[in-house]
Amino acid sequence: MSEAAVSSGALAPDISSDIRAARSHLARRFLKNTLGIAALAVLVLIVLAAIFAPLLTSYDPNAVSVLNILQGPGAGHLLGTDGAGRDVWARLLFGARFTLAGALLATVVAAVLGITSGLVAGYYGKWFESVSSWVTTLLMALPGIVVLLAARAVLGPSLWSVMIIFGVLLAPAFYRLVYAAVSGVRNELFVDAARVSGVSDFRIIARHILTVVRAPIILQASIVFGIAIAVQVGLDFLGFGDQTIPTWGNILNDGFTNLYRDPQLVIWPGLAIVITGVALTLFANALRDELEHSARPSRRRRAAVATAAAEPVPPVSNTIVHDEQDTATEAPLLHIEGLAVGYPQPDGSVTRVVDNVSLNIGRGEVHGLIGESGSGKTQTAWSVLRLLPSGGEVLEGSIQFDGEDLSKVPSAKMQDIRGGRIAYIPQEPMSNLDPSFTIGSQLTEPMRIKLGVSKAEARARALQLLGQVGIPNPERTFASYPHELSGGMAQRVLIAGAVSCEPDLVIADEPTTALDVTIQAEILDLLRDLQQELGVTILIVTHNFGVVADLCDQVSVMQKGRIVETGPARSLFANPQHPYTRSLFDAILDESPARGPYAEVLPR
Amino acid sequence: MLTFTVRRLLYGIVLLFVIVTLAYLLLYAAAGNVGRTILGPTATQATVALKNQQLGLNSPLISRYFSWLGHALTGNFGSSWFTNQPVTTAIITRLQVTLILVLGAVIVSAVASAALGVWAALRGGWVDRVIQVFSVLGFAIPGFLIALFLVRIFALGLHWFKPTGYVPITYYFGGWIRTVTLPIIALSIALVAGIAQQVRSSVIDSLRQDWVRTLRSRGISERSVLFKHVLRNAGGPALSVLALSFVGLLGGAVIIEQIFGIPGLGQIAVLATSQGDVPLVMGLVVAIGVIVIVVNLVVDLLQGFLNPKARIS
Repeated sequence: MSEAAVSSGALAPDISSDIRAARSHLARRFLKNTLGIAALAVLVLIVLAAIFAPLLTSYDPNAVSVLNILQGPGAGHLLGTDGAGRDVWARLLFGARFTLAGALLATVVAAVLGITSGLVAGYYGKWFESVSSWVTTLLMALPGIVVLLAARAVLGPSLWSVMIIFGVLLAPAFYRLVYAAVSGVRNELFVDAARVSGVSDFRIIARHILTVVRAPIILQASIVFGIAIAVQVGLDFLGFGDQTIPTWGNILNDGFTNLYRDPQLVIWPGLAIVITGVALTLFANALRDELEHSARPSRRRRAAVATAAAEPVPPVSNTIVHDEQDTATEAPLLHIEGLAVGYPQPDGSVTRVVDNVSLNIGRGEVHGLIGESGSGKTQTAWSVLRLLPSGGEVLEGSIQFDGEDLSKVPSAKMQDIRGGRIAYIPQEPMSNLDPSFTIGSQLTEPMRIKLGVSKAEARARALQLLGQVGIPNPERTFASYPHELSGGMAQRVLIAGAVSCEPDLVIADEPTTALDVTIQAEILDLLRDLQQELGVTILIVTHNFGVVADLCDQVSVMQKGRIVETGPARSLFANPQHPYTRSLFDAILDESPARGPYAEVLPR
Repeated sequence: MLTFTVRRLLYGIVLLFVIVTLAYLLLYAAAGNVGRTILGPTATQATVALKNQQLGLNSPLISRYFSWLGHALTGNFGSSWFTNQPVTTAIITRLQVTLILVLGAVIVSAVASAALGVWAALRGGWVDRVIQVFSVLGFAIPGFLIALFLVRIFALGLHWFKPTGYVPITYYFGGWIRTVTLPIIALSIALVAGIAQQVRSSVIDSLRQDWVRTLRSRGISERSVLFKHVLRNAGGPALSVLALSFVGLLGGAVIIEQIFGIPGLGQIAVLATSQGDVPLVMGLVVAIGVIVIVVNLVVDLLQGFLNPKARIS
């Protein structure tokens, strides 16, 4: 095991997430983890073998016998004898005692030092905190092996002293864990409550804080234990250990010196080390999995969220169509016919989130797709872009865009269409910009691909676009990173990005939902202005009739994966027919009386 | 960013100073009768006393420490008690070899774990499971055992590589490759196991981010989304794991160098500590301390490059 893995926390759980949740039922759930239980069983067997070593062999592990050198397995010796005629099986069993006890000593020293100092530093803070964090950094900058070699030079080859020193070196593994957890809960309400009600610090630590870090400590201990074994075996193997006792490292060393005369002698100690190490790692992994499992929403729940609040589509009547005002002389830019989107489930069934949806969007039109969350409007928008979340697929229907069925074009072609001809404005501005790249780089990358312009040209165009979407200082924003922008600014950047390659259709997925009310109005203004300037077609997904009234020519109302009513915005506003449409209106109207009296009060 | 870097550098120097001071005081306090150690039990009392005087061991520890520190600042770390070779020369010649091994391991494991981690994250299924199993084994099996297997198969069995020894790269490239490949692989495996896991989970995590959909909606190719954007975002956490593993890597190199008979810092470490050659051990402490500080600084700079948010803190 790599010594560094402890400090890196590569295997440690993310304790920043709510660990208290982990407390409950962790042990019970662990018992259901087959691999973890198997690993634990193997570890228990090894420990039992070490404890009852004298019962499992009649040989003395140190009894040298010149007559019996290097005998193969069998013939009275289960695994044969080593280079000094000692029984290998006996040495392995007694070696387990020394090796495991040594590793246990290191683990205990590390745990006691690390947990105590972590508790004190985390709970009381102050000067002790800074001193401990200094010592931690110092210990972590020391290469363990070199310190152990130096210690051996001074103290002589003693398994126990080496393991104690190694325990000190590994204490930061526990310190960091306990410190982080304790300083996290130090000011939690339940700790405050206990303090206020006069519970002593000692009891608070024991009752409320130690229980929080119990499972992560066990996990860390199993990792530290494995590393202690590895380092100890390594030192013994190199011949720096106490040669008078049987340890797995010493047995391995003997096997290595006789590698050419009897190759199987390396195998037994090697197997013992590998089996113990793998069992410890699997045990730690299983424990970590269960810890993370309980600290976060379960995978099944997350999958459900990923399928976009999948509400199955019920069988419903036909769409109410308000009369087509212009009986479309030219073909619509986007013509969706009988679209069904579904998520195949592990049990073989398919959850349909969009069913039999048909939409016509003419060129230059602003079309609102309105409905409550989970009605399938975003899923419809994503299927036009062919960017459904993984697992989602178009089951039926066609998506005709300018005469081509988008559900059938090859993916390379689709990549050309995306960004170039159909663009997308997302809902959450802050999470939709790559945090590692500047705004400028994210704006110019698509332009260089789609428009084939030079770097300088793309830059000039990006600056111009940034100005166009109302960003006061384009140069500065161009060089900024996403985390340096406000939500409104980021949304303007995303809008600039969407129109940068002169698309024919822009799909805006609730472009104002995540913004402040004042900014919402500005963004809607911007969209309207851009639409008029560029003549672009817009499909705007929203749950807000205000947005529809503000922007849209046409509107389609979606409920439970179906379009229940569609038509010109004016007509639909004047005469909503479907009960669901009316209920959406009622939801707005309900708010208006509250504003009435207030307006009357104002003139006074 | 600059002040941050300077502060980290100063912090590192203070840390080095503390480590060096502690090491000096502890080593000399524990050294006992140095003259006797060097000359052995057969030397007379008088020669032992003379030797101690020659080494300047009769003056007080504190004044010796400051004199050593003064010389050390000019690059003079004294001479080995046993070979009389200047410490600086002894360490620099071997430092190159160890650095080649360690940097080789860092490069190999960075590339391999990025490839494996991305592969596991994208393919899922059996590829993912195989890589998970590999990770567990790589983490659980000590590097020197892996080294033994490698020697048995590729050096003694197939004769592709040399089981022991070292050929400088300037002397003969082919020979160099045949001597460093196995040690570098043995050093890398535990590292790859840890980092590949980290890359895998960060890539899976990044792919779930909203901005990935937006990038795709802009018509950015899948290759660019993955290798330019996702991998860069996944790089930060992976780099942290790599950085924290570095000290352990230096320790691992000591054992690996012993197995392959490579004349690096590990060899000096073993020799100097077993003989109690304090000047050499002190030189070693300084060398390793400097390496750790430089590596931490480089990692900080790389983190700043990968993660713009880290630049302001």
